[in-house]
Amino acid sequence: MNAPQTAGFSSGKAPVFDPASARPAVVARRASVIYQAADQPVHALSEVDLTIRQGEFVSLIGPSGCGKTTLLRVIADLEPISSGEVLVNEMSPSEARERRAYGYVFQAPALFPWRTVLANVMLPLQIMGRELSQCEAIAREQLARVGLAGFEKKYPWQLSGGMQQRVSIARALGFEPKILMMDEPFGALDEITRDKLNEQLQQLWLREQRTVVFVTHSIAEAVYLSTRIVVMSPRPGRIVKVIDSPLPFERDLSMRDTPEFARLAQEVREALAEGHH
Amino acid sequence: MTAKFRQHFLPVATVLAAALVLWYLLAIWLNAAGAIERVLTPRGPWGWQDLVGATFSMQRPVLPAPHQIALDLWSSIVDYPIDSPRNLLLHAGVTAGATLTGFLMGVVLGSLLAICIVHSRTLDRALMPWIVASQSVPVLAIAPIVLIILGSLGITGMLPKATIAMYLCFFPVTVAMVQGLRAPQRLEMELVHTWSASRIQTFFMLRLPSSLPFLFPALRVAIAAGLAGTIVAELPTGAQAGLGARLLTGSYYGNTLQIWSALIMASLLGVALTALVSLLEYGLTGRRKQA
Repeated sequence: MNAPQTAGFSSGKAPVFDPASARPAVVARRASVIYQAADQPVHALSEVDLTIRQGEFVSLIGPSGCGKTTLLRVIADLEPISSGEVLVNEMSPSEARERRAYGYVFQAPALFPWRTVLANVMLPLQIMGRELSQCEAIAREQLARVGLAGFEKKYPWQLSGGMQQRVSIARALGFEPKILMMDEPFGALDEITRDKLNEQLQQLWLREQRTVVFVTHSIAEAVYLSTRIVVMSPRPGRIVKVIDSPLPFERDLSMRDTPEFARLAQEVREALAEGHH
Repeated sequence: MTAKFRQHFLPVATVLAAALVLWYLLAIWLNAAGAIERVLTPRGPWGWQDLVGATFSMQRPVLPAPHQIALDLWSSIVDYPIDSPRNLLLHAGVTAGATLTGFLMGVVLGSLLAICIVHSRTLDRALMPWIVASQSVPVLAIAPIVLIILGSLGITGMLPKATIAMYLCFFPVTVAMVQGLRAPQRLEMELVHTWSASRIQTFFMLRLPSSLPFLFPALRVAIAAGLAGTIVAELPTGAQAGLGARLLTGSYYGNTLQIWSALIMASLLGVALTALVSLLEYGLTGRRKQA
């Protein structure tokens, strides 16, 4: 279950994989989403081209209405595209969804209040027809990984917002999806909790090398977490710039005070400003 | 302990005491004429104490005093064996059996209708007006019709009564279940969609648990309505047993005490049945809370 290449800790120089040669996990070609509004059609997403390779941590950043959430929802088969093509693991989004290719974390934890924490994490596994004892073992392990061992018997309302969101991450990871999609998962949390969860998520990604597609409107969050940052702009929703991060894969929160971090944040900020004209 | 006593027991006791005082005063006022005519005048001269005493101990008072009803209820339970037609527990049991059967039938029918309505837009439009219309027909009118039709089919005894109870029970269940099954948020529906859950899985894992907080208040209404329906159904059948039959024979012979005893028994039964629903609710949703 653990990725074999947990070596490389503390060195931080050589990447443990080479994104340029990895298989593409998500491919979008001239993908557009157009809503029919009352007076004129709204271009939520306009001719987007993007390739996300396996093992990458890609952040979609931009102001409201730039289509970052729409793009994520299109990849997750929660919304249809009007034209173009989107492939997930070389399949259509709906085929990929049916094969349980991805786990999705929403902005709200969306835990079921009638189920305990453990039963919430077990739910997707039960739906996928796994044996009950197996479900429980996996759920316990996933909860331990997000630091919630000992909270299995609690109900969601007994947990803080940050803990609830960690449960929802454990739930999304339980069935070992190749891709993890996150739609502003820490947007509703206070900054201290957010920092802590960012750190945990970064370590989780480093340890398991899953593909992560992450929607955010925080520059610091995007720079800290990503290997690649996709800057988007509204009216019509489009990609303005794709920035490869020069930061090492091994990171901690103190990295945010380094000049490299500041330079990258500045580059993202400039790209966002450019897109606003 | 004393705080709890003051907060819970005292207000209830005060209302009860006030109601009893009012009842006794009403009993004096309503029974006075009859008492004077039938009890006191033949006996000779009388004072006001005699009048009060007489109004509280008449054979067939217009309004029996509470202690008379309590004594009659108690004696019917302890002085006769449980299988005697004079024992009110027997009648309560018969009525409870029909009510519970009708209630279960109503919950099943109501839930099935709700499931159909939630999953099909056509059925939503086709069924809902008829379901609402069905409830605008007074049960007093429809009960004899149902009893006659079922009787002609050879169905007698408990089942016709249960059918009437079902007729009253299913409506609140359907209305609440439709609302409850539609309660899941878009976010929750999308969540189970990302797991590729089937319709049946979505129903049992999400829709049904979401509907329970809507269902239980409706069940309390339904079981009370079912009890009223059963008692109404027992009236025109000339049923041998049941609280409705007891009410009917009481009014037939002008035995007000018997009517009131049966009435109190019916209320006690209603309380017990509602408590049963609450118990079920606690068992199923007791640990579920919102922060």
